[in-house]
Amino acid sequence: MNGNAEKNRCVKYRKRILQLSQKVGALHIAPAFSCLEIVDAIYYKIMRPKSLKPVKFFDNFILSKGHGAMAQYVVLEHLGILLESDLNNLCQSSGKLGGHPDYGVPGIEASTGSLGHGLPIAIGMALADKVFNIDRIVYVVMSDGEMQEGSVWEAMLIAPNLGLNNLAVFVDSNDFQVLDRISKINPNFYPIIEKAQSFGWETIEIDGHDSRLIYEKFVKREGKTPLMVIANTVKGKGVSFMENNPIWNFRSPSKSEYDSAFKELDEGLLT
Amino acid sequence: MRDAFARTLYQIAKKNPKVFIVVADISPAASMALFQKEFPDRFINIGVAEQSMIGMCAGLAMRGCTAFAYTIATFAVYRPFEQIRDDLCYQNIPVAVVGVGGGVAYSTLGGTHHAQEDIAVMSALPNMSVIAPCDPLETELATWACSQSKGPVYLRLGKAGEPVLTADALEPFQFGKLRYLRKGKDVCIFSYGPIMKMAMEIGKKIEETGQTVSVISVHTLKPLDKEGITSALKAHQKVIVIEEHSEEGGLSAKTKQIAWENNADCRLFTFSLKDSFLHTYGSQQDIWKAHGLDACSILNELLIS
Repeated sequence: MNGNAEKNRCVKYRKRILQLSQKVGALHIAPAFSCLEIVDAIYYKIMRPKSLKPVKFFDNFILSKGHGAMAQYVVLEHLGILLESDLNNLCQSSGKLGGHPDYGVPGIEASTGSLGHGLPIAIGMALADKVFNIDRIVYVVMSDGEMQEGSVWEAMLIAPNLGLNNLAVFVDSNDFQVLDRISKINPNFYPIIEKAQSFGWETIEIDGHDSRLIYEKFVKREGKTPLMVIANTVKGKGVSFMENNPIWNFRSPSKSEYDSAFKELDEGLLT
Repeated sequence: MRDAFARTLYQIAKKNPKVFIVVADISPAASMALFQKEFPDRFINIGVAEQSMIGMCAGLAMRGCTAFAYTIATFAVYRPFEQIRDDLCYQNIPVAVVGVGGGVAYSTLGGTHHAQEDIAVMSALPNMSVIAPCDPLETELATWACSQSKGPVYLRLGKAGEPVLTADALEPFQFGKLRYLRKGKDVCIFSYGPIMKMAMEIGKKIEETGQTVSVISVHTLKPLDKEGITSALKAHQKVIVIEEHSEEGGLSAKTKQIAWENNADCRLFTFSLKDSFLHTYGSQQDIWKAHGLDACSILNELLIS
């Protein structure tokens, strides 16, 4: 069960992404809708705040699935780390935000967009923190499709060897890649959880759209080894015609599609 | 060269507690044992995983550490190319990518172990610097320079056993500046890396004909000392480039570009590895020769011209 505050925020995020989609030719909407509750829970519940004005954290967040950038942007906007004008100028020549997170932009800890880069970088960060006894946890959101990259498996093998219990990876597991279902293209890919366990990771499996549960399960972790949270999600979650339909990986809705999506989100709030 | 690198890195790590070396199951010889023993937390053998080696070094450097990634040059450059491009260069993160056995140093191991176009590939990347020292002394200085860099660097090393060539250099080593090892008036030779030894021998042979010869170490290939090259092109009637790198995008190509841009009126002769995989074995010198890089062929060509 989502709490009302989380649920309201996530509906608001989805509406904001739809609104922005009307200003740019095409946008990765469905990949962002898939991980919104995860990203929101990490920022609002899981990462430890260092200061509230301005919002700063002790912990770190890397969106390894860089094509989910919109999810991170809207949460950063909500936190006041990014400005409304930053998002309004998305992908414009006058703006600083593009289709993928860019290192140096407030709140962005690494440039991503090519898959399989975030986890090795996070391992380097977590290792430095370990060696120098810095109390900080590095959070990574990765997609299940991304896990087809060899660099992910390298990094999965390495992280437990280095004793990085200050590293937590959330896998946005929506069983989709660009063209088709992952389970169809790579039938042996699932279940992910057994593979992570056999590599020495602590694992948790959850419903990735249940903000409360994401947090509740997370705090119960043992925390002796790196953690992998398999978050089962729906690509395009929240708008029925975008759900589980690959065409919404990278596309902007027409005006009428936009109106009906908005209406659905409003109705969803009442249920 | 790899021992000089390991010794120097140990010295740097003794002074700077934030120096890390991440190796992909290739370690710079016995001299690294001391580093490993004294700083076990900062020597990481990541296993045969070059992509993660680069990504991890990026993460370490993003935490303020000085990170060196080390393996055989081909594996350091080609396998994790996108990690070098995106994690290091695009984000402009100061990590030193150290490639041992650059050029055809692994002469018996075949083309999979030959980094003959690495300088062209690394030079093409924005923010990347490229250094290729010619002897153990330059390797020490280049390693120090890497540890001070504000952005990514590719350090191309030979293997082991290279002779000292720069003990009597006329100028100090300075990152981004070429240095005269000898100074003459008529002919000038540009070179870098272990093939410098041959360049110096060729210089001596030319001097036997009564001409005086400058020999210049162009150890920093990027940023290239364009001013230094331009003035050398102006000061000599004949300029020769000798390099252990493909003719595509190496010092030869770069020198031709600078010569053209600056209306140089000297004669320019370039000797590089062929743009070809040769499938030959033998000593490093044997492979050079198969590419047309031996003192005899070079001198003959210079005489005919």
